[in-house]
Amino acid sequence: MLKRDRWRLLLVVLVVAAALASVFPIQGKIRLGLDLKGGAHILLQAKGTPENPVTEDSVERLLAVLRNRVDQYGVSEPVIQREGRDRIIVDLPGVEDPEAALELIGKTALLEFRAVEGISPRVPASPERKNYEDDASFAAAEERWKAAAEQVAAAQQEMAARAEEDDALVIMKDEKNVAYLLGPPLVTGKDLLDAKTAFDNLGRPVVTIKFNAEGTKLFDKATADNVGRQLAIALDGVVVSAPVVQERISGGDAQISGSFSPAEAQRLAIMLRAGALPVPVEILENRSVGPTLGSDSIESGLRAGLIGAALVVLFMLLYYRFLGIAADVALGVAVLLVFAALISLKATLTLPGIAGIVLTIGMAVDGNILIYERIKEEQRAGKTPLAAVDAGFRKAITTIMDANITTLIAAAVLYYFGSGPIRGFAVTLSIGIMASLFSAIVVTRALLQIFFGRSRSVRLQQ
Amino acid sequence: MSLRTKHIRFMEIRRVSLALSALLLLGSMALLMTKGLNLGIDFTGGIIVQVEFSSPVTVKEVRETLAESGQQHVTIQAYSDRGVIVRLAADDEASQKAAIDAMKKKDSGVNVLRIEKVGPVVGKQLREEAVVAVAVALVGILLYITVRFRFRFAVVSVVALLHDTILTLGLFSLLGREISLTFIAAILTVVGYSLNDTIVVLDRVRENWKELRSKGIVHLLDLSINQTLSRTINTSLTTLLPVTALFLWGGPVIGDFSLALLAGILVGTYSSIYIAGALLCEWNLRKPEI
Repeated sequence: MLKRDRWRLLLVVLVVAAALASVFPIQGKIRLGLDLKGGAHILLQAKGTPENPVTEDSVERLLAVLRNRVDQYGVSEPVIQREGRDRIIVDLPGVEDPEAALELIGKTALLEFRAVEGISPRVPASPERKNYEDDASFAAAEERWKAAAEQVAAAQQEMAARAEEDDALVIMKDEKNVAYLLGPPLVTGKDLLDAKTAFDNLGRPVVTIKFNAEGTKLFDKATADNVGRQLAIALDGVVVSAPVVQERISGGDAQISGSFSPAEAQRLAIMLRAGALPVPVEILENRSVGPTLGSDSIESGLRAGLIGAALVVLFMLLYYRFLGIAADVALGVAVLLVFAALISLKATLTLPGIAGIVLTIGMAVDGNILIYERIKEEQRAGKTPLAAVDAGFRKAITTIMDANITTLIAAAVLYYFGSGPIRGFAVTLSIGIMASLFSAIVVTRALLQIFFGRSRSVRLQQ
Repeated sequence: MSLRTKHIRFMEIRRVSLALSALLLLGSMALLMTKGLNLGIDFTGGIIVQVEFSSPVTVKEVRETLAESGQQHVTIQAYSDRGVIVRLAADDEASQKAAIDAMKKKDSGVNVLRIEKVGPVVGKQLREEAVVAVAVALVGILLYITVRFRFRFAVVSVVALLHDTILTLGLFSLLGREISLTFIAAILTVVGYSLNDTIVVLDRVRENWKELRSKGIVHLLDLSINQTLSRTINTSLTTLLPVTALFLWGGPVIGDFSLALLAGILVGTYSSIYIAGALLCEWNLRKPEI
């Protein structure tokens, strides 16, 4: 074996080992597209009005509102991003009910001040075993916790009954799941002029809000009527805070304090401003795939891929016999590399992407076919097997490069102009081309070198 | 299956094949202009709802159910005895809700698998993007081949891939299959494949080019095509095998995509031998280039 050949073999071994290490165990490593995982892909467009045009600021506020909503909805790994000047993409993986998701995104931010008519006690944190010395005291603590929880539930039920009787009363919860029985809205966000973050005299971040003339009047009355009582500040049906009104506030300025971090206060201010100036949105595009269809798609894609691969492997073995083994090993390496690249590039696998991989299986052996046909030609011209292999590779490589670079050009264009699933396809196609180039040129070469290095008398299949 | 001793005189029937292709191209263009393409909601806007009923249904039943709810302009495609894909021309939430409610009323166990709504603005934009993408890809490829080979080679390969693209579009028009966003991906893959095939043949022509004077263009092309013939056939086979598997077992969502690939690979194999080769032959006979 020549020195050059040893380096090639070492390269192959290293690449394959690295690929194996990154691919296995494969569970959960490949990022699946919404069409495979199930979920909703929603494209929104901010629609300005003459009084309220779409500006950089309004789109940013829209993004903030949407992020907040989606977080509250409890979707894991949502994607909310701007596209262009006035469009927003919202990807919600695993959402079973796209209608509910749309409702969540479509409705407007609503800030309300309501009088507090009743508060349920807070459920204490459940006990943890490690805080107790023995099982008995832990069990006792659990009992106490259960009793407290039941009490809270009973109080909440009672409140629900009151709200049922009186149409003016509603129940809202805060982030800690404390329920509030609230009176009718006294002032709402539609009379809000502005919201900003500030710090109170203790250095804690607060949100200051400013009402317009109408809001000032309403807020003046609301505070006057509720001195000494709690006034709840509710955002989209969730109580943000419920401070006690110390005195009548008539200037049109109010302060919302809570246990905010500066960043949280900032977010709240942004949300309030968006609530005060909602930019109407239009849903341009909504693609929702149920989880069942997604897993069906993966299953049928996998099945088709395996059958296709088996047929290709068989064909190469039958037609090229001995050389076919090397081609099949190279094909295996190509597929392994595709998955390794998908994982390390954090690319999203979509249904067209699976199709791209299946297609790669067919195209991957093309390099081998080109090389083998050349090798056969060289042999027919009277060269020894080893010389034929050398010449065959040398001559085939330029062809292989020219033939594949054009496909790469097409894939690059697809990536640049396409969106969503098309991009996924372009990525897997490009990865597939590069993986099959490597496996045909480097892996097959190394394998053949091993074969011929061991036994020079091996005869090629004609 | 040994083709090495064969010497098929491909170029003998080059005029016949060019005429045949011209005829097919004209037919495809006529179809595209009269019947047009069945553009999916990706390009026209609209709503697609894919549902699975709890018991077997017929398209007729679904149509009647939807008609009762006031949904008139619907396209219904059954992909299994219980599953249908309903396409609504309207793109408002109300008709989507009405359609789903109507189907739920008919069968409470109906399972909504997929809802896709595309607004007309997005559709128009996607249509424009698709045209730009294909145009840019063609120019890029033309440039690359001109640099690596000769300008004539670039022209004939682009003609060959346009030929493949138009015929595939014509087939989809004829069958009335839906053109979706993934179809564009399939077409560009066909473009890549067709080129790949053409380039392998042209690459051999380039290699043999020094013998042009002694052999003549017709013989030179025949020789080159024969030398690469077993590769052309084998690669077509190995690509067709997985794509056929994809078409047969890949599920309904990917069906049209694999059909486009299937058609494109078949046409692409033919065109790399006949269109690119025959055009290059005729061109050189009229205006020799050494």
